[in-house]
Amino acid sequence: MNSTANFQVDVVIPTQTKYLHLIGSIGEHIGKDLEDFSGDRDALAYHLNLVLTEATTNAIKHANSEDPKDTVRINIDIQEQELIIKVYDHGQGFDLETIPNPDFDQLKENGMGLFFIKTLMDSVTYTNSGDCNILEIRKLLI
Amino acid sequence: MIVTEEKTNGFSVLFVKEERIDAHNSAELKDYILHMIEQSKVNIIVQLEQVRFVDSSGLGALLSGFKHAEAKSGRLSLSNLQPQVLSMFELTRLNRVFEIQTDLQDFFEIDC
Repeated sequence: MNSTANFQVDVVIPTQTKYLHLIGSIGEHIGKDLEDFSGDRDALAYHLNLVLTEATTNAIKHANSEDPKDTVRINIDIQEQELIIKVYDHGQGFDLETIPNPDFDQLKENGMGLFFIKTLMDSVTYTNSGDCNILEIRKLLI
Repeated sequence: MIVTEEKTNGFSVLFVKEERIDAHNSAELKDYILHMIEQSKVNIIVQLEQVRFVDSSGLGALLSGFKHAEAKSGRLSLSNLQPQVLSMFELTRLNRVFEIQTDLQDFFEIDC
């Protein structure tokens, strides 16, 4: 019998970076509590903290700056064998495919965030759905 | 961003007293380091013992400091990284850019 039941965490925050700590901490706690995960749980906890921080930062950056009441929604779906993160923003959106990996020989000060998400997780998609964009990140837990 | 600064053995040592460097406070760290360099403090060691988490913007702030120090014939180095923080530098290969010592004292030991 599995000790970790399936559950979801759904959070809506204003588009302000002061909430990054909160979102990152939720990811870290979820990672540390995944008792059935056989890999390095401390590393997973750090990676979930990082990926949620980077994804939320992106959503805040791409948010509708005209609207002070704009929000970012973060949904984390913890299933038996997979963890699915969805980050919803109301900005202009971007094409995930056109963003190159960083040039490690001449690293720039920005552009590493999506690299972390792509490298540390198993799949990433960014799609438009009506009035919002959804960054969907999947991590296998087996 | 809570930091303290000390002058030791010809280095300006910057102690970062935050558990987290992310997009909320990294610009402040970047500006602080650039201000040090403007004051001709170009040999800087950033001591990161208390930092448990760094994101891409935090790495970017330190890289910015490194490049500006180098442009003034100085050097920005790092010490006392927590293992998970060090792994971020390894993943981006920034461990080949920065001189990183396990302990701050390692910078002051003279080879003889």
